[in-house]
Amino acid sequence: MMETAISYPTEGGMGKTGTWRIFRPVVDNSKCINCRICWVYCPDAAIKMLMDMPENEGKDIKGIEIDYDYCKGCGICANECPVKAIKMEREEK
Amino acid sequence: MASIKNFPKEEYVLKGHAACPGCPITIALRTALKALGNDVTLIVPASCSAVVQSLVPKTSFNVPVLNIAFAASASAASGVAAALKRLGKKTIPVVWAGDGGSYDIGIQALSGALERREDFIYVCYNNQMYSNTGIQRSGATPYGAWTTTTWTGKKEMQKELAEIVMAHHIPYVATASIAYLDDLYEKMKKAKEMEGPRYIEIFSPCPPGWRFDMSKTVEIARLAVQTGSWVLYEAINGKIEFTSYSKMLLKGRERKPIEDWLRMQGRFRHLTEEDIKRIKEAIDEKWKYYMQIYNKD
Repeated sequence: MMETAISYPTEGGMGKTGTWRIFRPVVDNSKCINCRICWVYCPDAAIKMLMDMPENEGKDIKGIEIDYDYCKGCGICANECPVKAIKMEREEK
Repeated sequence: MASIKNFPKEEYVLKGHAACPGCPITIALRTALKALGNDVTLIVPASCSAVVQSLVPKTSFNVPVLNIAFAASASAASGVAAALKRLGKKTIPVVWAGDGGSYDIGIQALSGALERREDFIYVCYNNQMYSNTGIQRSGATPYGAWTTTTWTGKKEMQKELAEIVMAHHIPYVATASIAYLDDLYEKMKKAKEMEGPRYIEIFSPCPPGWRFDMSKTVEIARLAVQTGSWVLYEAINGKIEFTSYSKMLLKGRERKPIEDWLRMQGRFRHLTEEDIKRIKEAIDEKWKYYMQIYNKD
């Protein structure tokens, strides 16, 4: 019998997709209001809220961390941010 | 009412998948799986979602997925539902299909499964064309839109699959949008708690297919609702209730001008004044009907 092809869940199924990026989102965490809009709309799940990280538990902390290994630079976060805390800057390679 | 602040933190769509930058599918799937949890089996027909999973032997979806032929998604889901029932498992079969696989190629299997009262959730993410095969027209493509097979603009109006599905008298039918994720989350949660066939359609603007900048995906999805071109509602046992922004429109808030939405998309660039007038009239007509039927209280 022919074997069925089975895939297993892995981060980076297509490698480091951050290399696709032309514009890089740069965040100014001092402006962040923890609204979670960028986090929820990110198509690549590449944004993490600082307050969700285990080491920041219980702390009153504002801001996000972007995973540049996988962020494809679509710019939805910068477009949707209500306080304009994220700016898109051209990648220099 | 669900708020994005209370969404679960678990991610079932892993980083480094194969979707284009700014893709609406993964936005929708992330939120849908946050609502449904990981005790689901996705059934994915030929579509962008089959590609987004990335290449064998790796997958970016952290839930079981059955990839199946284009026309077979709802019939495969019927089989999966029967198997899960026999095993005594609570796992929910969830079809995750595009509009090509739902409006055109998969409609026969979908209609059959709905009529048989199979126990599954059918999600159609509607990007109004066959994007995976290269932007061809589908039954969901709106009037006037450019695609590679309608390069002077589509001459026909789109059909309304949610209304066709409602004619099957199933327990739950809902339309959602990737711009209103709290609304989508709530609808997914509701569908999860029900039994029998459930159908949810998610409006998903496609940057390369609709010819707009990838950062505008959410903005365009939001404008589609605010201009009244896409409508958010749910029907529990056939009783239709408008939700979120569409409810406000129904209660009398003014719709934004449709030109704003059309002008943002390259696929509508060639439209003449007459075309825009025709689109406008169709939307006015639709809302006049909604106002008469659903704005009762």
